[in-house]
Amino acid sequence: MADADISIRVRGVRNQFGSHVIHEGLDLDVRRGEILGVVGGSGSGKSVLMRTIIGLQIPQEGEVEVLGHSITDARDDRDIDIRSRWGVLFQGGALFSTLTVAENVEVPLREFYPEITDELRQEIARYKVLLSGLPAEAAAKYPAELSGGMKKRAGLARALALDPELLFLDEPTAGLDPIGAAAFDQLILRLQQTLDLTVFLITHDLDTLYEICDRVAVIADRRIIAVGTIPELLALDHPWIQEYFNGPRGRAAQDAAERHEAAKVMAMTLFPQDGDAPSAQKA
Amino acid sequence: MRELTDFQFVAGANGETALAFSGPMTVASLGQADARLRAAGDAFVEIDLSAVTRIDTVGAWTVWRLARDTGARITGCSDEAQKLVDAIRRADAGAPEVPERRLPLFSRVPAHVGMVMIGLGQGAVQVLGFMGQIIQTCGILIRHPSRFRMKALVHQMELVGVNALAIIGLMSFLVGIVIAQQGAVQLRQFGAEIYTVNLVGRLTLRELGVLMTAIMVAGRSGSAFSAQLGTMKLTEEVDAMRTIGVSPVEALVIPRILATMIMMPLLGFYSAFIGIIGGAFLSSMTLGIPFFTFLARIQEVVPLYDVWVGLTKAPVFGLIVAIAGCYQGMQVKNNAEEVGTRTTAAVVMAIFMVIVLDAFFAVFFTEIGWG
Repeated sequence: MADADISIRVRGVRNQFGSHVIHEGLDLDVRRGEILGVVGGSGSGKSVLMRTIIGLQIPQEGEVEVLGHSITDARDDRDIDIRSRWGVLFQGGALFSTLTVAENVEVPLREFYPEITDELRQEIARYKVLLSGLPAEAAAKYPAELSGGMKKRAGLARALALDPELLFLDEPTAGLDPIGAAAFDQLILRLQQTLDLTVFLITHDLDTLYEICDRVAVIADRRIIAVGTIPELLALDHPWIQEYFNGPRGRAAQDAAERHEAAKVMAMTLFPQDGDAPSAQKA
Repeated sequence: MRELTDFQFVAGANGETALAFSGPMTVASLGQADARLRAAGDAFVEIDLSAVTRIDTVGAWTVWRLARDTGARITGCSDEAQKLVDAIRRADAGAPEVPERRLPLFSRVPAHVGMVMIGLGQGAVQVLGFMGQIIQTCGILIRHPSRFRMKALVHQMELVGVNALAIIGLMSFLVGIVIAQQGAVQLRQFGAEIYTVNLVGRLTLRELGVLMTAIMVAGRSGSAFSAQLGTMKLTEEVDAMRTIGVSPVEALVIPRILATMIMMPLLGFYSAFIGIIGGAFLSSMTLGIPFFTFLARIQEVVPLYDVWVGLTKAPVFGLIVAIAGCYQGMQVKNNAEEVGTRTTAAVVMAIFMVIVLDAFFAVFFTEIGWG
């Protein structure tokens, strides 16, 4: 595969805290324009991998390249000039608690593009908030006034502030109710299609994997043991993968995805002109 | 050098004006063009995007905003541009404009004054409520002594008292030196240098020992109480305690208040003692009063009730410092900034109240003949 089609390239990464080795010889490629789901048991180093890719955690060994720029060779934060080309949604939203939602979205804009007029910046913040599925009133609220799901959406609005090419999501649906989680999945999918995003998605949510991920990478034994579509992964007989996807929850998610797919096909045949409608309504 | 967005007005075939964009229309390139665009007016009926090389949602927003406000039609869209403009239009449609939250200046100032006044009133009621809670919890603890947290008390005593010994000792020693030195300079004018002993002895035992210690404890421990409890409130630890059936006042507040009240007299006395040592040290160096003579004189010139005055005030000051810290900590909610403002408030409130009460004590003790 040509280099231009690889957004994130991780080679031989080793991360270690004290004597505890998190990653060893970890390789991963994320292709341009795909949604890559990353799964693994608790403590297997999914978040550490994300932090390594975005340069918050410096690996002991190995190389990380994002959009053709080396992250591991960067001396300090300023060297990484591709920060304006990615957006990150942290697990808890990590909104700045003393700023309103709109001001949170404006922070990266101010930082990278100070020449943008106040008027335009406020308009950008407003429509980003709307694009993330929040009501317009939410823009003037402080994070403490928002529910968990709204915080995630606000965090997403901030991650999208600079129209990034790459989006990192750390467990975006964790802690959301099933309806909210499904809506968030659809939101990510719609945004990914509209904005041509490449998405690096850490999740425990099997429904998310089935619904929106193009490929899934499995972390176990300190490295990525397999990357592929879910049917490809199911064909492997690694015990952890089998247990993960064929456990009771895995089965349920699989059935739900099949039912959903069948309903979609039916809707497409019955109402071919608005085949997009079911997902749009859901979101 | 990054490429910037450009635009120009071109006359169409039938005398209509079109606004033609060229170059990339992205967040990185639109900044300067946007300002000119807003000044350029709205005399066009068509927005031509055929020369646009790249577009993102910021470009799409700009196009959509112009189209929405002027009613102009959009032409020359690439598929991508069309997709983005549609997405923006869907998001924008029907969403109300959010009114500004800020009031005009003339209403803002009185509104703010009013808020502060209401806040003060509510604060007074809340402090009263907090003290009520403490008294109530004390009652419960007296009836059920087994629920008292001895370990927490001892831990807090170490933090408040033992760990403060070095800094309070150093501070008191230096203050003792300063009093002795400045006192001696003034008293020398009357040939009464020997009264330096009275000055140092009475001042440190009655006033300065306890007052300086209270200020130091407010800065060290009062602020720590507020920040600790505030952070615990933010991380919902206090709520978790409540749901398990542990009273936060019982588990967090009472040990801190009690520890401060116990340690304050000890620290105050220690501070006065070190202050006297400091005075004696300076006197022996510069005034020709030998070290042990200075100490012996202290016994003769300082009445015992000066010690009692200091020791009576100390636990009261400790109570004030601890209540201010714990109260402000328990009031934290919403965000991290609040922890900072509440901690500042705790220290300011504690020191202010300590000094006010000290003035009352001065009058009181003089009236009962302990002057």
